[in-house]
Amino acid sequence: MSIRGRLAIVVVLFLVAVGLIVWSVASFLTPGTPGGVMNFTNTQAAGQPVDLTVQSVGAIGFGPHPTWVSYLVKDPHTHQWVQDTTWKLPAHSVVHMTVLQYDSGSPLRNQEWGQVQGTFGGTANLNGQPYSVYDSNTGNGVGHTFTVPALGLSVPMVGVSGTAQLCGSGPCQTSSPHNTITFSFKTPGPGSYSWQCFVPCGLGYLYGNGGPMSTQNYMGGFLEVVR
Amino acid sequence: MTERPLATAGEASTAPRVPWTQRQGWLSQHLGTAIIGGILGYTFGHWLGNAISSNYQYIVNSGQNAIADALALIFGVVGWLLGIGALNYPLAKLAGRQPEKEVEVNDWSKYFRYSTNHKTVGLQYVVGVLLFMFTGGLLAMAIRTELLNPTTHYFSADTYIKIVSEHGTIMMMMATSIVVGPLGNYLVPLMIGSRRMAFPRIEAFSFWIFVAGYMVIFSALPYGGFPTGWTGYAPLQTQAGPGMVSYLFGFAVIGMGMMAAGFNIAVTIINYRAPGMTWSRVPIFVWSILATAALLTLATPTLFAAGLFGLLDKTAQTAFYVTEHGGSSYLWENLFWFFGHPEVYIMALPGFGIVGEILPVFTRKPLFAYKVGAAGMIGVSLLSFFVWQHHLFQSGINPDMRPLFMLTTELISIPTGFIYLVGMGTLYKSKIRFEIPMLFAMALYFNFLIGGVTGVFLSDVPVNVTVHGGFFVLSHFHYTIMGGLLFAFMGGLYYWLPKMTGRMMNKKIGLLHFWTMFIFFNLTFFPMFIIGLLGQPRRVFTYAKNLQGLNDFSSISAFLLGFSFLIFFFNLVWSLYISPQKAPANPWDSLGLEWQTATPVPPHNFERIPVILTDPYHYSEASAPAVADLGGDERVPAVSSHDGSGVA
Amino acid sequence: MNETHHLRRMTTIWIVLSIAADLLFWFLVGPHIPPGRMTDMASSNQFDFNILFVIAIPVLIGVWIYLAYAIAVWSAKRGGPEPVGGEAARNNRTAQVAWITITSVVVIFLAGFGTVELVVNHGSGGGEGPNPVWSPAGAIKAETAALAGTGTWSPNSNQVLPVQVIAQQWKFTYRYPTFGGFETPQLILPVNTTIAFNVTSLDVIHSFWAYQLSVKADANPQVNDVAYTTTNQTGPFTVRCSELCGIWHGSMYNYGRVVSQQKFMQWAQATEAANAANTKDLPPFAWTYVPDANGAAGGYYPDGTVTPYSTVETYGAKQPAS
Repeated sequence: MSIRGRLAIVVVLFLVAVGLIVWSVASFLTPGTPGGVMNFTNTQAAGQPVDLTVQSVGAIGFGPHPTWVSYLVKDPHTHQWVQDTTWKLPAHSVVHMTVLQYDSGSPLRNQEWGQVQGTFGGTANLNGQPYSVYDSNTGNGVGHTFTVPALGLSVPMVGVSGTAQLCGSGPCQTSSPHNTITFSFKTPGPGSYSWQCFVPCGLGYLYGNGGPMSTQNYMGGFLEVVR
Repeated sequence: MTERPLATAGEASTAPRVPWTQRQGWLSQHLGTAIIGGILGYTFGHWLGNAISSNYQYIVNSGQNAIADALALIFGVVGWLLGIGALNYPLAKLAGRQPEKEVEVNDWSKYFRYSTNHKTVGLQYVVGVLLFMFTGGLLAMAIRTELLNPTTHYFSADTYIKIVSEHGTIMMMMATSIVVGPLGNYLVPLMIGSRRMAFPRIEAFSFWIFVAGYMVIFSALPYGGFPTGWTGYAPLQTQAGPGMVSYLFGFAVIGMGMMAAGFNIAVTIINYRAPGMTWSRVPIFVWSILATAALLTLATPTLFAAGLFGLLDKTAQTAFYVTEHGGSSYLWENLFWFFGHPEVYIMALPGFGIVGEILPVFTRKPLFAYKVGAAGMIGVSLLSFFVWQHHLFQSGINPDMRPLFMLTTELISIPTGFIYLVGMGTLYKSKIRFEIPMLFAMALYFNFLIGGVTGVFLSDVPVNVTVHGGFFVLSHFHYTIMGGLLFAFMGGLYYWLPKMTGRMMNKKIGLLHFWTMFIFFNLTFFPMFIIGLLGQPRRVFTYAKNLQGLNDFSSISAFLLGFSFLIFFFNLVWSLYISPQKAPANPWDSLGLEWQTATPVPPHNFERIPVILTDPYHYSEASAPAVADLGGDERVPAVSSHDGSGVA
Repeated sequence: MNETHHLRRMTTIWIVLSIAADLLFWFLVGPHIPPGRMTDMASSNQFDFNILFVIAIPVLIGVWIYLAYAIAVWSAKRGGPEPVGGEAARNNRTAQVAWITITSVVVIFLAGFGTVELVVNHGSGGGEGPNPVWSPAGAIKAETAALAGTGTWSPNSNQVLPVQVIAQQWKFTYRYPTFGGFETPQLILPVNTTIAFNVTSLDVIHSFWAYQLSVKADANPQVNDVAYTTTNQTGPFTVRCSELCGIWHGSMYNYGRVVSQQKFMQWAQATEAANAANTKDLPPFAWTYVPDANGAAGGYYPDGTVTPYSTVETYGAKQPAS
């Protein structure tokens, strides 16, 4: 065979290898859930507060890990519940956040996260009642927290009674028992700020911090704050 | 061949039945049957695991069954070994039957079979380690892509950690075998005048289980990856998903190959030296491989046991590493580094051996201070068992022992320094020929110096407070392993491939490869010392904004470094396939025994067992004796006690 | 050209370059070497780094000069001198003995120097485990009092301030036992004060790295890893986790601040009051905590119970009573 022929074979094999690599990157190295960014920068007039509504569900019910706990976010345009934990927010703006908590609670591993921190007034509202501390060893415990460590923002979400008829799979409807938690905070300057939950809610994992707690798009993501 | 009853009565057959292990051609055992065996075993293991464990509450809750994944991988590896034929011999022995000899094939398909010929295994290993390296290198590119920007993320946070972990693990597994596997298996018998390795079946086993290990560790990605880095610290390990099983079992599988290879090579070097090959005539490369083999044999069992404990924690819910249930988070750290530090020298010593062979040839001078060099290698391997806690200086473990471990760690730079004494003494007043292997050898001296000196900074406990766990240490070990071992391996390939393949590597492409690799290696990793000093920890997806310039510089250099490996692969393909140039038997005018035999190397390496007359470093000596009496007139009888055709 | 000629040339270049590089480094770069001079430990660790570097420069330059000289002078293309074969080229007793002696002396000096610095600086800011062997004056007394709940700290009292670092996936929080044991995500420290960091973890292994303070101590579950530092400048500093701990390891950082003793006192008292409601829900102050290994119900180990944040003492097996 001529040098050219051999060269052609090598080039073809090389392209096949590149194809295989691209395929495996696309299959294994990109998140297995509907990733992407939920954009909240164009939902309101400039300077107006952003409304951000999320729900927490005990078992998401679909996707590769149907038994995992997850946050869902309400698409501001279509009003559909979407499994997406990266939210694009305008800088230096007020965010009104509403959390529909459909999950039961447990004691926190560290009661420090039972304090409301970094919100306007240092409080949040549980079904309309303001609170600033919740003892997670009492009552229904804390279901999840919404915590942005870099902003000093943390809000405990009081759990629903575990004996109630809980919503089995997401997205949950308001007919299921739930708690409504509302609070407001101000976004900082542009940047990428990770948020997570501090309740050990990854069932079946040591310390409850594996699985959904260790996978983006379930119990953690980013606030992408842009100008 | 043994008599055996026909399996099925009534089958008309006049020809004597060939046992299935003795079949020829496509129906015999080869890579294809290994894959089929692996798939069958995997499927069975998965089914079994799910059958026995899928109702456990924690498995129902998590939706991930590590037991099924572990059993699938275990049965998959057993199926793979059965399929390739690695278990034919031991199973026959177990059953009390006379085992058949492996069929030796002499066409290209031998590279896809369970071959007991050390030269075939050596070349199989070349392809194996390059595949490892290529995979790990691609993951490194992904890491540097993520680090281009502190706030824009190309991968999700968990995926980034998985990429880092997979890169580290694959590269460490690869670097363990990168010299011992290809060059050790191919060259040691040639260098000591033997016809084969002591245990050819164990040698073949070590390669095929190495390939199985590659697939097991790679299976971590489709399983969802593991978040622990290559160090696999518990209890994060216990918390992780099923990808962790691939890591733990993968290290165990690779560990079996390491122990087998180390044991085999050590026995070969000790027992299979040709007459006259006294310890003071053994080539320096063989000394380095002997020291490495000792480390492989003695250190790896610790890793094997540690991995087994971790696997039990993840599947049977034991608690070796979980403090709250009676274990200890320090236990894994201790076991891992007790293996891990000798491992570091497993990844350094063979490189020293390679440059020790290359320097005399291209300087035309004897190796300087040969005995000091050999003693240095033995000294390094002994000391390496006494330094492991320097990885744990800030961990709170044995704090009053820190001065001792600081001392032992710094003492190791004395025998390591011997390697520099050997190299610089050999260069002294020499006549250097700048062929590609020589360039790589000199690059090792440049790179490893930086790696070694920064190692002293790391071993100093006060300075360690700042540099531990950051990019400084990351850069340090890339300088020693990549700048040292990998450069030596490349030099070794350019040097020995003409003997192994009968083809010269292209010098022009080789020069391009060397210079891009050398320059961009340094441009990639040197900034990381500064990045580390400025406070960037390892394995983070985000970093301080003021470090973006340095990180970007490092990333772009890393992409170009990756490109230089493409040049290498192109050179390999060009020189072996596209435009091959036949290599003379001794293109570098070396006195080494391995160059005295014909190219291609005869099936039994030498016409007869050579009688070694002196050491192979008598360069520039007019009255120097020949290295060995190779005979050549008399032929060895076809069957002799030294017949290397696969009898173990 | 004879033998001494080559060596003399190289030695001359080596000495000149080494001295020049050492001086340039010591005076121009040395004062800016991380971690800076914010604490006594940071200053001494910077000093150690610079001493090591001053010794390293001649080593690096020596080998580089030799390699460069060999390439320039002993290249085959340039028709250099014939290489020497035979015994003379294989061994040189003087060179070998000198090499081994010099490397040994340097290495043993470095180990001795490092040990002295480690001991004199009370562990140099590194984690010293639950029972530190090299404690600064007053540290054990302050720690023992803190555990008993009787610890105090006030400005200008020259007391050691115990601070507990609690690592958890994926955030550090801090408890101040001398101020009622309140817990906060903020790390504020007084200047000119010896701080005793007590680092522990609620889950996996983390590492508390206060970069400018030159403190690094691993956080292990059920282990109290103690590290000391003495602040001597006010200003911000960075805390990062330097042991891989899972998905959010990269964002496990915060910024602390060293302030004047009066400001610290104001902050501590204000925070103690503001957090009082939550402090009473926290477990009593202890060196380590054992939250249930399962987390929420239905965890990994099948023991079923969910116990919050109970306490275990591990500090002080070798502690004197006072």
